[in-house]
Parts: sequence; C-alpha cells; structure tokens
Amino acid sequence: MTGAKALIKMLENEGTTVVFGYPGAANAPIYDELSRSSIRHILPRGEQAAAHEASGFALASGRTGVCMATSGPGATNLVTGIANAYSDSVPIVAITGQVPTGMIGRDVFQEVDITGAVAPFCKHSYLLKSARDLPQVVKNAFHIASTGRKGPVLIDIPIDVLNEEFDFEQPKPVNIRGYKPTVKGNNLQIRRVREALSKAKAPLIIAGGGVGYAGANAVLAKFAEKYKIPVVTTLMGINHTALCGDLLVGMIGTHGVSAANIAVKRCDLLLVVGARLGDRAYTTVHSQNSDAVVVHIDIDPAEIGKNIGTQIPVVGDVKVVLEQILKKDIDCDIASNERWLKSLTELRNQKREYSDKKTFINPRLAMKVLSELTGGDAIVATEVGQNQIWAANNYKLSPKGGFITSGGLGAMGFGLPAAIGAKVALPQKTVVAIEGDGSFQMSMGELATIVQWNIPVKMMLFNNSRLGMVRELQKTTYKSNYFAVELDGSPDFIKLAGAYGIEGARISSNAELKDAIEKMLKGDTPYLLELVVDSEEGTL
Amino acid sequence: MSKRILSVLTENRAGVLSRISGLFSRRGFNIDSLAVGTTEDETVSRMTIVVNGDDYIIEQVSKQLNKLIDVIKVKTLDDSDIVSRELALIKVAANSETRSSIIQIVDIFRAKIIDVSHETLTIEMTGSAEKHKALFDLLEPFGIKEVVKTGMISIQRGTNYINK
Repeated sequence: MTGAKALIKMLENEGTTVVFGYPGAANAPIYDELSRSSIRHILPRGEQAAAHEASGFALASGRTGVCMATSGPGATNLVTGIANAYSDSVPIVAITGQVPTGMIGRDVFQEVDITGAVAPFCKHSYLLKSARDLPQVVKNAFHIASTGRKGPVLIDIPIDVLNEEFDFEQPKPVNIRGYKPTVKGNNLQIRRVREALSKAKAPLIIAGGGVGYAGANAVLAKFAEKYKIPVVTTLMGINHTALCGDLLVGMIGTHGVSAANIAVKRCDLLLVVGARLGDRAYTTVHSQNSDAVVVHIDIDPAEIGKNIGTQIPVVGDVKVVLEQILKKDIDCDIASNERWLKSLTELRNQKREYSDKKTFINPRLAMKVLSELTGGDAIVATEVGQNQIWAANNYKLSPKGGFITSGGLGAMGFGLPAAIGAKVALPQKTVVAIEGDGSFQMSMGELATIVQWNIPVKMMLFNNSRLGMVRELQKTTYKSNYFAVELDGSPDFIKLAGAYGIEGARISSNAELKDAIEKMLKGDTPYLLELVVDSEEGTL
Repeated sequence: MSKRILSVLTENRAGVLSRISGLFSRRGFNIDSLAVGTTEDETVSRMTIVVNGDDYIIEQVSKQLNKLIDVIKVKTLDDSDIVSRELALIKVAANSETRSSIIQIVDIFRAKIIDVSHETLTIEMTGSAEKHKALFDLLEPFGIKEVVKTGMISIQRGTNYINK
C-alpha cells in the first residue's frame, strides 16, 4: 500500500467523513486516493477557508475537522486557520503535502518549513519521514487534537512518503508518554470548592469554551440550578450556556453587558469554569478586583494562575470535575444566592430601547428578530468586529442552537467559512453567517463553495461601509481621526450574490426586518440579506 | 528575579530542541543556559535549562514545557540539593615567560592543560559557575583568546532521581 492510500484508510478509521482541502503538486497522491474513497471532499476557494471550514465543522459537530493543502503557499494559507483553532481550542487535523524528503532544506519550488511556521500556535505537529510511521502518527494526531485541551495538529507529508510502498500495519492504541491529560479533579481541591460554596453569599460562575469541549453544558446547568448560582459567560462560553436559562446574566468583558460585568465586580466567590479569561474578557476590565475567592477549573494546568490569581485550582475535565462536586450535597445559603441572583436579573432585564433611525437598520433589533424567528435554534457563525458583538449580546440562543465565533484570535474572514463547515456537519440545521461588509470581503470567494457543493447557508450582512470596530477605536482613542476605515469601492453585494445564482435582498428600515428575515430563512437555499447600518452605530 | 534550574526529560527526536527554545522566546522567557544530551535510555534526552525569573515565570515555564507533547517530565531542581557542573575550554595567550604562572593557576583549580602551542595554552575546566568565574578572573591579565562553555548540567544528590 502507498503512504497516500494508508492516509485515506487511517482517516476513514478515525471516522472522517468530510475533508476541506485544496489540491496541488505535493499532495496530488492524496487526491488520487481520495477520488476513490467514501470521504466527501469540499473544495473551497482558498486554503484559509478550508481551515476555518474544518473549525466550523468541528465546533458544530464536536468531531475533529480535517483540512488539507499542498506544500508552500497552500500550507502557509492554512496558517491563520490553524492559529485560530489554537486560540479557541478547536480540534482540527491539518494535512499538508511537502516536497520530497531529499529536497527538504534546498528551497525548492513550493517549499516552506510549515511545521516550523506553525510551532507557536499548533498543539503538535509531525513531519513524516517514512510511510511506516504514518498510521501511528495519524492515530496519535487525532487523539492529541481531540483530547485534553483540544487544538490543531498538523501532519506534513513529503510526496515521496505519500508514494512509498509499504506493508500497512494497524497502529497500536495511543500511548504517548509525554501526553497524559489530567481528567479527574483532585479530591482535596473538590472539597475546598464545596467549602467555599457553603460560605459564599454571592457566588458566580464564569463559563468559557471549555464547558462545551467537555460536553458539560447539561451538568453545568444542573449545578448552577441546584444552588441558584448566576452564570456569566466569556465570548466562547455563549455557545454552551443556553441550558442555564434564567440563571444566565450575559457576556463579560470589554464588549460584554454591564449586568455581567457588575456581577463579576460584586461576587464573593468566582467559579471560573473552562475559561482562560483573556484580556478582552477579564484582565483589562476587572484587574482591580477584588476580595472574591477564585476557583479555577480547567483541563489545561498552564491556564491556572496565568491570567488570574487563583485560591482553589482544580485541574481536570470540566464535566468530570462538576460531577465530582455534585456528588455530595453542599450546605449553601440558597436564600442568599437567590437574592443575589434576583439583583442581577433585575439589572439584566432593564428594558432596552431600540433606536429607530428610519433609513438604517438597528443591528441589535435585527439579531433580536432573528432570535425570535428561529426560536434561537439556528446556528449562528459570526465574523469579527461589530457584527460579532451585536450577535453575541443580542442573539438569544436556545439549547438547540449554536454560536460559532473567532474569539481568541479574532480572525476576520472566519464567519462565512465557519458557517459552511457547520452546515456541512449538520445539514438539517439552519445556519446563519453574521457578516460585516469588511470581513465578508475577506472570504466572499466562498459564495462559489456554497453553490458548487450545495451548502445552503443564510447570510446576514451588516453593511455600514466601514471597518466599524476600528473606526470606533479611532473615534474614542484617536480623536476621531478616521483613516483607512472607509470601504468605498465595495460591490453591490446583492448583485454579487446574484452573479453566483444566490438570491438576496437589501433592507434599510427596521419595519422591513421581520418579513425580510422570514424570507431569508424560508427554504433550504442559500440567501444573502444585506442590512444597511448607520456608520455611526456603536458596538455597545 | 533569581536563577532556577529546570531538568527536562524529552523524547530524543528531531525538532524537540527547536520547540523548546522557541517556546522560551515566544513567551518572553530568558534562557541563561541550555545543555542537552541523551540519558541512560537513548530514546530520551535530558535538558538542563537555567532560567532567570520570578516564581510566576518559573511556574509558567514549567507548565508550558509540560504542554509540549514531546516533553516527558519537567522538574525544578532545588538549588541546595543538587550537584551542578559546567565544562569550559579556555584558550589563553601564553609565552615562555607566562606559561609556568598559568600552569600554576591551572593546578590550583585542578583544571587541565589539554593543548599547547608557542603562543597559547588551552585549559579544560569543570566546576560550578563560581569556580569558573574565579579562574577567568585570574587568567584575564594573560589575555583570554577564546572560551567555549557547555552550559550547566545538574543532578540531584543522594538517592533521588527523576522518574520517567
């Protein structure tokens, strides 16, 4: 069997049903084999989209996403997607072709040191030297990507290894001596958590992306509900907290809601669950805080104590640890917790007025209408910038829905491919890409991917003809010295969609929102709804 | 800020050293010295890394090192409970007038002369950082031409050892 054939066989063994990839010379043997396999191949219009699509696939399905590229520029185009997956702990395996082993290091055509390039933001990488190593390496790569703190793994395969004939042997069960993630929480620390909870008068949970990766959505909600603990989320935590229902206060951080940030300032016990609390979520907002006792539960020991001082660290799988805590009843002051919760829900429920500018759409209202019309059951995949925050704070997610975003890296151009990946993973779901006119233009080549592979995603494009969030930064920090934020020269997006055979409409008043979104959602066909937004519209 | 010694067991594989040294620079940690070689098990390398930093930095370094898949074990060694050595090769200017004075100094330090020419002596010296410094200070006036050092290696005293 050749290395290429063994690769496809191993991908099938690992349960891979779809690959997002782009062919070239160095990975041509893989494509030759792929053509005869049952694995579906999606050809995007650039390798960066392939990596984001693999992430969208993984985030929607919980399975490891796979993307492929050829050597050199193919591989470097994956880099943003790999860095994004690393920042947000998304399990993907990236497979790159490489120049022949004997040519490595001679700067031949389409050669780059891709394992070197991704080292800073890749969970692990392999450069294969022999086809005999391939089965075990692929098995290990999937294991590493999908366990512990999840993340991207890259396998770089020289073309001579892909063409090498060898006797295929099934890999052994994974046993990597330097990689044994801690799953179960330390019993002493679990006891300390219970004690801290029994003493607390105003406990608060900060839920992050780790909740979802551990499959802990339900147990977190059960824990919070049992002891009436309010829940705030990071941007990455939004996707995993819909089950918390009325305990949910909102997102924290520089672009969070005030009720959630106030909760963090006032609580006396902070339970950080599967969150790293990056600067935008926490440290730049809350660094002066506080006398609160901090409990930090995370699968990655390196996150504990990195960004926030912790009195009670618990290293382990969030779901397992929460189940350990729940094993014994805690003598909590439930009445006090309920009073505390009530004070926060009152803050949260303060009635919101939606400004009506007549000739512009209010983006917050648009997200609210989308929530109502989908029941929050749709998967929303956002771009990065104002659109992202409008969606984060105003799309009311149901437990059946999803919220996919580029949180840590903040990579514009992520949303549309991520939506495509999500729709490929869950074709029966409604998937809505939330776009800004800036980020849309970074990935709009993917309209062709949508059409070619019949991936009917809905697109809501907020068009303010500006790079809105940067413009806002220039307004607040650079005395309104607006520079390089105007997006003049953008196409007529509806005509553009039409050129791909995608239906669309443009609206510019709030009164049209309901009908227009209803029309967008109708039928399992792609649709682009452009919403004209005032360039003065703020993020918050 | 203080100097701390980390002993790191890693897979003996291509690319491991670059992953480790890269990690230090990208996270803003400073390496004072790094010495690497295989262990009694040739699939395993041992690195002794001397780091300058406070407790927070040392904790972060060791946690981030542990996250690397090829790192098997990281141990921060307790300064008072280890034996450390560093090897230096020193080429010093020497002529018929100065040669015997230099040899006397070398003898006092229990170092060795390993090469000689009309104009130079090459000295091999093993010892702690302090001992190295003392020797350098005494050789300085003769004119040190070149110094090569291995970086410090350390091992725990007594029956303690790092388990794989």
